[in-house]
Amino acid sequence: MAETTVATKSVKFIITRQDTPDSKPYTEEFEVPYRANMNVISGLMEIQRNPKKADGASTAPVCWDSNCLEEVCGACSMVINGKPRQACSALIDKLEQPIRLEPMSTFPVVRDLVINRERMFGALKRVKAWIPIDGTYDLGPGPRMAETKRQWAYELSKCMTCGVCLEACPNVNDRNSFIGPAAISQVRLFNAHPTGEMNKEERLDALMTDGGIEGCGNSQNCVRACPKGIPLTTSIAAINKDTTKHLFKKWLGM
Amino acid sequence: MKGNSYFSRKLHSLLGIIPLGGFIVVHGLTNYQAFERGPEGFSNGVHFINSLPVIPLLEIFGIYLPLLFHGIYGLYVAYQSNTNTGRFKYGRNWAFTAQRVTGVLTFVFVFWHVYQTRIQVYLGHITHEELGSTMNLIASNPTYFVLYVIGVLAAVFHFSNGLWAFLISWGITIGPKAQRISSYICMGIFVIVSALFILSLVAFRGDEFKEAASAVLTLTNIG
Ligand code: HEM
Ligand code: SF4
Ligand code: FES
Repeated sequence: MAETTVATKSVKFIITRQDTPDSKPYTEEFEVPYRANMNVISGLMEIQRNPKKADGASTAPVCWDSNCLEEVCGACSMVINGKPRQACSALIDKLEQPIRLEPMSTFPVVRDLVINRERMFGALKRVKAWIPIDGTYDLGPGPRMAETKRQWAYELSKCMTCGVCLEACPNVNDRNSFIGPAAISQVRLFNAHPTGEMNKEERLDALMTDGGIEGCGNSQNCVRACPKGIPLTTSIAAINKDTTKHLFKKWLGM
Repeated sequence: MKGNSYFSRKLHSLLGIIPLGGFIVVHGLTNYQAFERGPEGFSNGVHFINSLPVIPLLEIFGIYLPLLFHGIYGLYVAYQSNTNTGRFKYGRNWAFTAQRVTGVLTFVFVFWHVYQTRIQVYLGHITHEELGSTMNLIASNPTYFVLYVIGVLAAVFHFSNGLWAFLISWGITIGPKAQRISSYICMGIFVIVSALFILSLVAFRGDEFKEAASAVLTLTNIG
């Protein structure tokens, strides 16, 4: 008896779909057979294998993005039961059904659950989130980083540019040019690095222009939403301090 | 610097505390004299303020212009924000939305209140000495009283929560612990300053503020 109930157990999905970047979104319901230890991605794979809606009518398979399947690449981020998070680490057993999947519509939707996170990579370029070491001759090893600093800097380096913090932020939207929390935290990371520090003013300057750090309105949703537990609000406040200092130094010509 | 929202936002933030935040606290303390010392105390407060040097300049550069800049730019900032308290039901997210809602309420309330009081003095309908009885008329009207309590609570919340945000925007409170402690202090400020204003509104209802009211019958044109 027990076996038959397990065999008929199923997982219900309500998925927000969109055929092209400009078309209207609509929802479709799906019901897939349950297996132990499923996650949202394996549910989506099931739909791909047998693209039929809950009412039996066939439909185009649902598109999504994923890569690492271990919550380090950020590609599979979507809104699951109202919360932005990674589909690969969203276990079916821990989700309330029906499971609602929506794209993170703060970003341009490419198709179904696939979004374009280009603006996040653009933001990293804008704040120069790298350490310039290229030159015409070998500069030798850089200064060492203190272990105490390395420990918190390592936490910041876990950012996978997933976009969840931007989706959670009420100030990231079409009316607002705010760069978003992730890039600000990366400025703190690269400015903490002993070699990166040598270009810290350039990164601060980038955040002191239109759509920079001033866009933060302190809702503090980002720090709660970040799947990597990155202390985003601490990073923002710390960079607020550095940009303020930098502002006064520039005014005083120091 | 032109067209850089970093500078305008920094100015907006600064003006919210200096001078506007300072003004609202002094204003609360002056009004509170009405509760503690009655009409005497209140008119002493009004006299003291009006005896300050270069009052018109102080008013223009210390209050009107900062208020207009912070208020109008603030409306734009509020317009640029979404509300997602349905999805993220956290206290800080509610405060974020409340900061914007109370900003708009304060905007409406301040213009109405200034019209009822300071503008009437400018227009010559009342004198500075008659402000106590003007407030008596307003506070005795039940509808106005309720609207004033709402306006005052909105303005004081906006100031107190704004102070909390200001400390972050300028990089003064950085870690979660510092921000938590400052949120308790700002909540305390909210309670105390609200109490100052509400107690004075209650005091203005007293008959002792009415005596001069007959002299201000012209006031019927208010509201
Ligand atoms: C007249 C109408 C007003 C409007 C529309 C308005 C609007 C706003 C808005 C939208 C913010 C949020 C900025 C942000 O967090 O990013 C803000 C912040 C603030 N406001 Fe106002 N405000 C008004 C009046 C006032 C008054 C009278 C005061 C002082 C008593 C005040 C003090 C502050 C402070 C201290 C902040 C925080 C600044 C920061 O985040 O650094 N505001 N205001
Ligand atoms: S800070 Fe956290 S939520 Fe934001 S992009 Fe990085 S990993 Fe994602
Ligand atoms: S697939 Fe890489 S985070 Fe989910």
